[in-house]
Amino acid sequence: MRVKQVSVFVENECGRLEAILEALQGESINIRALSVSETAEFGIVRMILDNPEKGLQALRQAGFTTRIDWMLSAQIPDVPGGLLNTVARPLAKAGINIKYFYAYIGQGGGNEATVVLKPDDLEKAEEVLAAR
Amino acid sequence: MIRDPEHEAMPRSELEKLQLERLKAKVREVYEKVPFYRRTFKEKGVTPDDIQTLADLTKLPFTSKLDFRDNYPYGLMAVPLEQVVRIHSSSGTTGKPVIAPYTQRDIDTWSEIMARTLATCGATKDDVIQNAYGYGLFTGGLGFHYGAERLGALVIPTSSGNTKRQILLLQDLGTTVITCTPSYALILHETATEMGVDLRDTKLRLGIFGAEPWSEQMRRDIEERLGILAMNIYGLTEVIGPGVSVECPYKCGMHIAEDHFLVEIIDPETGEQLPYGEEGELVITTLTKEAQPVIRFRTRDITSLNPEPCQCGRTTARMSRVTGRTDDMLVVRGVNVFPSQIESVLLDVEGVEPHYLIVVDRQHAFKSDELEIWVEVSEELFSDEMQKMEDLERRLQSEMDSVLGISARIKLVEPKTIARTEGKAKRVVDRSEL
Repeated sequence: MRVKQVSVFVENECGRLEAILEALQGESINIRALSVSETAEFGIVRMILDNPEKGLQALRQAGFTTRIDWMLSAQIPDVPGGLLNTVARPLAKAGINIKYFYAYIGQGGGNEATVVLKPDDLEKAEEVLAAR
Repeated sequence: MIRDPEHEAMPRSELEKLQLERLKAKVREVYEKVPFYRRTFKEKGVTPDDIQTLADLTKLPFTSKLDFRDNYPYGLMAVPLEQVVRIHSSSGTTGKPVIAPYTQRDIDTWSEIMARTLATCGATKDDVIQNAYGYGLFTGGLGFHYGAERLGALVIPTSSGNTKRQILLLQDLGTTVITCTPSYALILHETATEMGVDLRDTKLRLGIFGAEPWSEQMRRDIEERLGILAMNIYGLTEVIGPGVSVECPYKCGMHIAEDHFLVEIIDPETGEQLPYGEEGELVITTLTKEAQPVIRFRTRDITSLNPEPCQCGRTTARMSRVTGRTDDMLVVRGVNVFPSQIESVLLDVEGVEPHYLIVVDRQHAFKSDELEIWVEVSEELFSDEMQKMEDLERRLQSEMDSVLGISARIKLVEPKTIARTEGKAKRVVDRSEL
C-alpha cells in the first residue's frame, strides 16, 4: 500500500537530529520508521510519521527544508527469505529498481515486518506487490 | 642592479617629457582607431588636441572593467587582428572573461619590462629561476618566463601545482629564485617540511611574489621559513600582466615602470585626482601598449604614490602595497573571483535562489587554498534521493569550476544557515567570523 514519507535535509553536524526530533515532539507526532542516508557533509532523514502533513508543517516551522513523497510499504513475513520472496524477487522479475528502502518490525512485534521502499515505477511496483 | 638606467633613473623632468610625448601619441591613436574611445572622448567633450600637458590627463574619460565586458572580445583593440600574436585572459565580473591581446612588439616590450623587473628584485642572468606561476591564459606564467629568458637566466617552467615535484626540482636543479603567488610559497614550505626538506638549506635566495593580496606579516613568515628575500610585484591583465611595478631590495614601495605606464590616484567616489601621498584608487594609462592600449583604467586597487627618489638610484615613483579594493573582487590562488560570477552560476542551475556564502580563510590563506561556497538547499532543490542530491552538488561544482577557472568546494547547507542582512547581503566571510 502507499504511504507518505517525510524527508528532511540536514547538515551532518552534532545536534541536528535532536532539532528534528524536538520539532516533532513539540507537535506530539510519532515516528513509525526512520532511516538516514548521509555523506560527510549532509544527510537526508526519511521518516514515516503518524501524521505526515502535520509533521511536515512542524519541520518547516523549525526552519528545515523538507518534502513529502509517496512510497510503497509492504508487509513481509519475519522469516528467512521473507524479504527476498515477498518483495525483492517479484520486483526484480518485473524489472523494477528499488532506489532505497528501509524496514521495521511492526507494532506488536509479531511475526511480520514492514518495508518502506521507493521503486523507480511506483504504480507498476504497487501492482506487482498487490498481485501477490 | 639597474638594467635600464636611461629609463629607470631618468631625471623626473625628462621622464615627464617622455610620458607626455607618448601620451599625446597614444591618445591620438586610440581616438583614430578605437570607436569606443572616440565615443567616450566625445561624450566628455575632449579631443586629442586638448592634451597638451600631463595635467590634461584628467580631461580624459575613465575606462572600467565593465567596458572590457561590453566590448568583448576585440572591441578595444587598436590594431587589426592579423597583428596580434598572443591572447591572455582573466576573469570578468560576469560571464565574459577579460581579453588581453598582444602584438609582437607588445611581447617584446613586456619581456623587457619583466627582465627589468626581475633585475630590480636582485635576480641576474646567473640565477636559476623556478617559475611556479600558472602557464596558460593567466599572464603570470608566460610573463615571468619571457622576462627571465630575456634576462638570460635559466628558467624552469614548472607552472603551478605538483608541489612535491617542485621541491624535488628545486633541490636537484639548484633553484635560486622562486616566482609564484605568496600563498603558494607557504604551501611549498609546508610540503617541504612534510618531506623532511628545510628550504633554508637549499640554494634558494629570492622569491618574487604577486597576483594576490598579501601582508607584511606574511612576508616575514615567508622570508623566515624559506630563508629568502621576498619581493612584492604588481600587475594586471587589463594593462599588461605582471611588471607594472615591483620592489627593489630596499622594500620601500613598488617602482612603477613609468616610461610605459602613466599612473594617478583618484578618489574612488568622486573620480577627482588626488595628490602624491594620498591613498585612493590607482588609475593606469598605458603609454606603449599597441594591441590594446587602455586610457585611465580604474584598477579598483587602493594604494598611494611616492615620487621621491629611492636609495636604489631609481627615480620612478613607487606605489605602496595594495591595501584593498573598491569592489568585491576576491583573489584566490592568483585568480580573480567576483561574487557576481558565483551568483550567475547558481541562477543558471534551476531552482537555486542565490542564498549563498563565499567562505575564505584570510588568516590561514596558505593552509586552505580552497574557496568554499555554501549554498542553501531550498525545497525546489531538495530530493529524498541521495543520488539526486549528489548530482546537484557535482553539477554546481563543475559549473562553478568552469566559470571561475579554479576549483571551488560546494557545501550544501540548511536554509537560514546564512545570515540575512539588511540591504546588501554579505556574500563573503572569513572563516574566523563563522
